[in-house]
Amino acid sequence: MARTQTAPDKSGSTTTDNQLPQLHEPRNPGMPLDLDWVANVRVNTSAVERRAATLPGRRSVKKDWQAAWLCKAVSLIDLTTLSGDDTAGRVQRLCAKARQPVSPDILSAIGMEGLTTGAVCVYHEMVPVAVEALKGSGIPVAAVSTGFPAGLSPFRLRVEEIRESVAAGADEIDIVISRRHVLTRNWQALYDEMAEFRAACGDAHVKAILATGELGTLRNVARASLVCMMAGADFIKTSTGKESVNATLPVTLTMLRAIREYEDKTGIKVGYKPAGGISKAKDALVYLALVKDELGDRWLRPDLFRFGASSLLGDIERQLDHHVTGAYSAGWRHAMA
Amino acid sequence: MTIKQIFETMEYGPAPESTAEAMAWLEARGHSAAPFINGDWGPARDDFESRNPATGERLAGITRCTADEVARAVDHARAAQPAWEALGGHGRARILYAIARGMQRNSRLLAVMESLDNGKPIRESRDIDVPLAIRHFYFHAGLAQLLESEQPGMRAHGVCGQIIPWNFPLLMLAWKVAPALAAGNTVVIKPAEYTTLSALVFAEIAQAAGVPPGVLNIVTGEGETGAALVDQPVDKIAFTGSTEVGRHIRKATAGRGIPLTLELGGKSPYIVFDDADLDSAVEGLVDAIWFNQGQVCCAGSRLLVQEGIAEDFHTRLRARMDKLRIGDPLDKCIDVGAIVDPVQLDRIHSLVAANTEGQTHVAACALPNQGCFYPPTLITGLSPASPLMQEEIFGPVLVATTFRTPSEAVALANDTRYGLAASVWSENINLALDIAPKLAAGVVWVNGTNMFDAAAPFGGVRESGFGREGGWEGLAAYLRPAVDPASLAPIPAHKGNGATAGPLDRTAKLYIGGKQARPDGGYSKAVFGPSGVRLGEVGLANRKDIRNAVEAAQAAKAWSRTTGHLRAQILYYIAENLSARAGEFAARIESMTGQDGAEEVDLSIRRLFTYAAWADKFDGQAHGVPIRGVALAMREPTGVIGVFCADEAPLLGLVSAFAPAIAMGSRVVAVANEPFPLAATDFYQVLETSDVPAGVVNILTGSHIELAAPLAGHHDVDAVWSFSSSDISATVEDLSANNLKRSWVNNARARDWHGPEGEGRPFLDAATEVKTIWIPYGE
Repeated sequence: MARTQTAPDKSGSTTTDNQLPQLHEPRNPGMPLDLDWVANVRVNTSAVERRAATLPGRRSVKKDWQAAWLCKAVSLIDLTTLSGDDTAGRVQRLCAKARQPVSPDILSAIGMEGLTTGAVCVYHEMVPVAVEALKGSGIPVAAVSTGFPAGLSPFRLRVEEIRESVAAGADEIDIVISRRHVLTRNWQALYDEMAEFRAACGDAHVKAILATGELGTLRNVARASLVCMMAGADFIKTSTGKESVNATLPVTLTMLRAIREYEDKTGIKVGYKPAGGISKAKDALVYLALVKDELGDRWLRPDLFRFGASSLLGDIERQLDHHVTGAYSAGWRHAMA
Repeated sequence: MTIKQIFETMEYGPAPESTAEAMAWLEARGHSAAPFINGDWGPARDDFESRNPATGERLAGITRCTADEVARAVDHARAAQPAWEALGGHGRARILYAIARGMQRNSRLLAVMESLDNGKPIRESRDIDVPLAIRHFYFHAGLAQLLESEQPGMRAHGVCGQIIPWNFPLLMLAWKVAPALAAGNTVVIKPAEYTTLSALVFAEIAQAAGVPPGVLNIVTGEGETGAALVDQPVDKIAFTGSTEVGRHIRKATAGRGIPLTLELGGKSPYIVFDDADLDSAVEGLVDAIWFNQGQVCCAGSRLLVQEGIAEDFHTRLRARMDKLRIGDPLDKCIDVGAIVDPVQLDRIHSLVAANTEGQTHVAACALPNQGCFYPPTLITGLSPASPLMQEEIFGPVLVATTFRTPSEAVALANDTRYGLAASVWSENINLALDIAPKLAAGVVWVNGTNMFDAAAPFGGVRESGFGREGGWEGLAAYLRPAVDPASLAPIPAHKGNGATAGPLDRTAKLYIGGKQARPDGGYSKAVFGPSGVRLGEVGLANRKDIRNAVEAAQAAKAWSRTTGHLRAQILYYIAENLSARAGEFAARIESMTGQDGAEEVDLSIRRLFTYAAWADKFDGQAHGVPIRGVALAMREPTGVIGVFCADEAPLLGLVSAFAPAIAMGSRVVAVANEPFPLAATDFYQVLETSDVPAGVVNILTGSHIELAAPLAGHHDVDAVWSFSSSDISATVEDLSANNLKRSWVNNARARDWHGPEGEGRPFLDAATEVKTIWIPYGE
């Protein structure tokens, strides 16, 4: 996930090394737009919902396994602040939390010292502050871009916004697609837009935000996922967090299946980022189980999976505290972001 | 393993459900599973034992109830029944409601006990079996409440003997006990020998809910105990289990005059068209054939995939199988549990080992070292002739073949002795809704599988049994008319005195495939009037004439696809043509019986009108099942119905039988009134002039006793009705076991053909099959 080709790829000397962004997989080079493939997409909403509804009852992780899985979730969080009132101080605090997401005594009790979040995600104006605050941590900075969240500013400016964020030091760019291209089935326009965004990112990795809550149907979600992958998206991401409906399990299942199909046909692994609405540790475990079962263990690493979340970390911290102490925790026992 | 190591491997780890409460329950009862008779437990004997199939651990010793003990249970049920029925619908509703509440309070104990005893994953018993069982009691509390206003004139049978299988011990108990009790019957139920324990937990809940002593009795034991229950003088038998045992029960109860419900085996097709959501169809198979280790009568065990996508689909399916987790049923994170018993495990092994065809993929998932486990298995490339495509395996083994076109999919799907359930996967609503009615199955799931609800009738056709469970349709099996019919003695033909009636000889032939045909045997018999005058001759049909008539009826399949409107028009036309010849028919009836025939002719015309009216009005139902979607209970034609016409009424008996059948789209092979057959043979001309297509109504004359066996035993006849005054009920029921066709016999009881009981819903019910089509929707 890092923008440099020289990022260290160590096998497990420390936890920090392991969960750092690494370049195990080749980036998605994209492919020509295949409209037949897009047209042939079938998603049966009821069946997808049944699978999603029964999954929490089918998978359960307990005790040490639960603690380990929750640490994994922490390592996959894009710790995010995307508010109009963000300031340097606020972002610095967030970055400090990203470096030390869980209190050292808890981490040492479970042997997970050095655990950090997967990235910090901010608006363009906050990129330099975040880059500075995270210097030396290895934690990448992600910037939302392209007229986030609606994506309706002039196209030229959206592309330029990407370039400026990359220049400011962002390692990852979360772009928003033009929902209207999906809703009017203008797949060529969606492909071209995505391809241009990807080109503007250069070495920075690009996550395509589909804003699934505004696409109307799961079939549209699947089609938009495929088109964005064909146009070279490194990640596909559900939501901006600003839509009325954000990440859901049925949407996730639909996107994971699109990723699997893309890998089957091209050999390329594309990452997945659910964002918005995942605030409970239990929910995070369900998402991890779904990714594990649908895509495989390889996706349970920060180069292929992220949670876009802000309040999830607090709940996970409380659960880990409970794991260590045996007593249910309280929010004020843990450092705020 | 350290947390850091797990962090790297991201394994699931153990997630055990505690068995402490369930084991304490067993401990408190001395690990003894005794029968529950008249509100008391016992006698407790260690005749055989129940073991946890996942570990081999002994759970309880079980009493093998003797025939005497079963008889005692039936006696108590008999004694308790009048008061239970007299309690009234509301009184019973209160108790059924209390049972539902009690089951909810004990839901985890029931779930854990079920998984311990049966080996099914706790996820399934907790999230599916137990909630559905509870739902059944809620639903039937409601049916009891509404019974008197909605089903006037109906009452309980009395004592019901019920035998249930081991694959869904508590759920099958609920399916049997809830409607029986709701209707006012008392129950003697035998759980399967492998899985007795949840029934005993249930008995305690029922007792606490206020079920009076004797109303619910549980006899424990194996096959002999079940056989002893079948042999008892119960008033109704309901059985769920193997086709082999079901057939045996059909034969054993033949002629006893008790209704029977059989829910038997299956080899249900799972059809995937090339426009399906393939990933969802793959996931559906997890719930179809790897649900409950494939030990499901309606398991989607026969995969039919459209040829162009077969390779892609099989590849996706193999990848999904390899991700299944198989292991300890009490682990909350496993998909596939233990096979119920080593006997069943051996059976699966030997069936699969005998197969030499196709490509076998065994899921690459780890198996526990001990216990009864069988890996999820897919065998592709089988031909329809392969034994594995025909035999019910009752294990986690999916067999597969391919098809080219929708009609070939239907042909392959229906190429089976069974007819329980089917799944159809397609994103094209036109295709899915076209295929569903064409499948020989009692339940069809569109883009889904194994959906059940108390409101939706469930049951099969062909050798999957007969009768429905669930909904008002299911409750009907536990009700009978409140008025007891009079007995019916054989009605003899008149004897001749040498005189002849007419100047010109008339010898009626048989009416087969729209043509008048001479009887194959070349024999005929004379028909005499009351004074001994010879009125004419009729042909004596034999088994080959039965064969020809059934062939003609089968060839008239198109009739079953006609509209109700068209069938109504034809029935009106028959009435019109009969009316035109009313005087002639009245005279014929009078000449044979000595009674005035005018009223019978008039009633026959009225009856034709009745069924012309019903032809486009006997609607199915859209049941309110708890999904976003609809469960349509469609009324489909039963098929080819063999009828032995009533001997009391020469013309009305014929009309009363064939008219409801053809109104509903079924076809008929009618054996005419035996002593007075000439009204039926005269009727050929009415049919011929009324646009009734060839083969829809076929009429034979001859001996009911001789023709009972070949007609009831014919494999291509879907149902047999007998209103004959000859004592053929036992023969019909006995031979109906051949293909487990539905039978409706009079057991030497009379029916007032001139009154309301000579027509109406019972006839329409018998002329149709309920097919429940589940259609989830949503975009």
